[in-house]
Amino acid sequence: MTLLQIAEPGMSAAPHQHRLAAGIDLGTTNSLVATVKNGIAVCLSDEEGRALMPSIVHYRGDGGLDAGHAALGARVADPRNTIVSVKRFMGRGFADVAHIETMPYVFEETPGMLRLRTVQGSKSPVEISAEILRALRLRAEASLGGELAGAVITVPAYFDDAQRQATRDAARLAGLHVLRLLNEPTAAAVAYGLDNAVEGVYAVYDLGGGTFDLSILKLTRGVFEVLATNGDAALGGDDFDHRLYCWALDQARIAPPSAEDTRRLQMKAREVKELLSMSEEAPFRLRLGPGVSVDLTVSRAAFSEMTKPLVQKTLVPIRRALRDAGLSVRDIKGVVMVGGATRMPHIQRAVAAFFGQEPLTNLDPDKVVALGAAMQANVLAGNRKPGDGGWLLLDVIPLSLGLETMGGLSEKIVPRNATLPVARAQEFTTYKDGQTAMAFHVVQGERELVADCRSLARFELRGIPPMAAGAARIRVTFQVDADGLLSVSARETGTGVEASILVNPSYGLADSEIADMLRAGFERAGEDLAARNLREQQVEAGRLLEAVAQALAVDGGLLDAPERAAIDAAMARLRGLIDSPGDAPALAGGIAALARATEEFAARRMDRSIRAALAGQKIGEL
Amino acid sequence: MSVNFSLDYFALFGLPRRFDIDEAELDRAWHALQAEVHPDRHVHLPGSERHRAMRGALRVNEAYATLKKPLSRARYLLDLAGVDADEIDNVAMASGFLIEQMEWREAVEEARAFGDVDALEQLALRLRMRVDEVTTLLAEQFDSRENREAAADTVRRLMFLDRLRCDIDDGLAALDD
Ligand SMILES: Nc1ncnc2c1ncn2[C@@H]1O[C@H](COP(=O)(O)OP(=O)(O)O)[C@@H](O)[C@H]1O
Ligand SMILES: [Mg+2]
Repeated sequence: MTLLQIAEPGMSAAPHQHRLAAGIDLGTTNSLVATVKNGIAVCLSDEEGRALMPSIVHYRGDGGLDAGHAALGARVADPRNTIVSVKRFMGRGFADVAHIETMPYVFEETPGMLRLRTVQGSKSPVEISAEILRALRLRAEASLGGELAGAVITVPAYFDDAQRQATRDAARLAGLHVLRLLNEPTAAAVAYGLDNAVEGVYAVYDLGGGTFDLSILKLTRGVFEVLATNGDAALGGDDFDHRLYCWALDQARIAPPSAEDTRRLQMKAREVKELLSMSEEAPFRLRLGPGVSVDLTVSRAAFSEMTKPLVQKTLVPIRRALRDAGLSVRDIKGVVMVGGATRMPHIQRAVAAFFGQEPLTNLDPDKVVALGAAMQANVLAGNRKPGDGGWLLLDVIPLSLGLETMGGLSEKIVPRNATLPVARAQEFTTYKDGQTAMAFHVVQGERELVADCRSLARFELRGIPPMAAGAARIRVTFQVDADGLLSVSARETGTGVEASILVNPSYGLADSEIADMLRAGFERAGEDLAARNLREQQVEAGRLLEAVAQALAVDGGLLDAPERAAIDAAMARLRGLIDSPGDAPALAGGIAALARATEEFAARRMDRSIRAALAGQKIGEL
Repeated sequence: MSVNFSLDYFALFGLPRRFDIDEAELDRAWHALQAEVHPDRHVHLPGSERHRAMRGALRVNEAYATLKKPLSRARYLLDLAGVDADEIDNVAMASGFLIEQMEWREAVEEARAFGDVDALEQLALRLRMRVDEVTTLLAEQFDSRENREAAADTVRRLMFLDRLRCDIDDGLAALDD
């Protein structure tokens, strides 16, 4: 894979060999899986032809589990063990979630990410999301007839590091190889932009069930460049339902309802809300417990009035994103509408009024994100046709990263809207003689006070060589990768000693917890973790060999005879390891050895392609 | 190295080392380089080579972020010339500019205190015009007169105007909701 991609990034090694890849839209309300078949992105449906899968998981009393449509019925019958909108809990603590008091779950007030107590024990939102992802993976594998080589999972652009990490962990638990976390509005822009071959500056307005994103992108010759993104990770259709639910409780003058009735009322509220997108008036009629019923009528105008503050709330991120991009509404060529909640007429009117133009609603707001993710997954898996230059996504970090300094202030290290990947280094020194450790607190957000930002993690640096106070120079590097995920490294610059870092995520799972969950998952599914590891290594080794062979065929001339012989030897050894039914560590060693043997070769090839790029030879291909 | 780390940012993008650059050219060169080194192009590489590409992508983005904005570009040019803009002290600055600074500050603080969105937007507009004037001057000082001492002084003014823009933006952001 390696060297090949350097020559023709993302091009398939053997044209006939198609790798199965999927795009997954893991939504608050609905989730979808899509793939590229014969060059066209399509959503994969279940046996009954349904593409949308409700993001619902039911833990049954008999130890079984239902996800998706099968869990719909249990929402009222068994609300405590039937989890809806779990995305709202990802990477969040108990105190962070709005309207938590109207939720029928038993929460555990654990430090960090909240947990739910179900009939099957304590569950993290990560495990619950993994069940949704697993169901989608199985759907895709059944439909495509093989194991997925990888998947692109979409996340709201405004998700912070903890929410992204939780999503990535969920995918791992679901047995998915994550090629990339992709921002939902960016995925929509890819699907829309490629389908319509548009150029210019576009805004994507994405209002789903529980999240709101606004991204501004510049589309030029196959490059999708995000100029700014903003949003609200806790605003969506659910909040419109909640307004209607509160209104109904108030109008009908009923006592605080039971968990079952709360569910009924919430489901009715959603139904009424959706009806009002089609008609001027809708009945809110419901029979609750013995002798209690609700019989109301809602007009579109009344609904629009009671939810006006929510609509206004979506305009704030638009203003901020425009300001950050240094643009005015006149610069926006089109507004792409995404997410089921953008079907509400008063949303469309407000957006049209703000931008002074009718928004673009000629695409399926439910599917466009999954389709864009599938297109990106296809490219990342290496399924491009020769000569297809592909496209480039340049995305940004949605919220600034900061370090806690004296007095509880946040000092910004990476500013919001910096293009990814990005790294910033900061130098620190010791304040005590012989000091060998140092602690940091990393936060995310725009506010000045640490207390007003999201706490991401506390890091502890250890192994600083003991020196006099102020003599050590510790360079700490904060790196955010293309998934928007942070990693931290540190070294003492005088001695070059690498300090070890102990990470304590504020709202995440520790690696050991994930490992335990993985093991439990495999046991339940009757799979053998070791066997799976070995299989993955074999696939990896095969890919590497194929890529090196391809690269040698094209660019063998860059090597002299001894260099070539060393690579050939490493290839032969790795081939031997694949064929002999060995163990995973030996195979991993062989893979690493071949990678090392080809490092210089890869560097030369990349140098050459960089020079070519600068000489303008590749620009035309973009 | 995937990207030649010994090259300065201008050379990295194949641009002449000047203050006045062709922004479209910078964008094009940035896109062309990222098309080679972006992590999306190297998803399947073994770790060591993904890291190599990642280092290149980080360097290219850092270079782009530095050259894109006039202020950071100017500071970088001074850096290359061994001049530290932070070291020039305020006393040396023209008193006319210090008075202008105070007037701006007062106007922004007043508009923020009154929550006057229109006034803030008006100030933002005026500030943009002022920044344009100062950048034109900078181009002259860097590119035609090659007077780095004078340029360093102008960079200090631009730094002040930039902080002012942040204040206005913060003020507007606070009034958004
Ligand atoms: N016709 C409609 N009118 C109003 N809201 C709708 C309509 N159809 C779907 N929605 C709302 O859209 C939200 C789900 O949108 P979706 O894009 O699927 O969200 P997510 O991506 O968060 O799962 C729900 O709140 C749902 O009630
Ligand atoms: Mg969505």
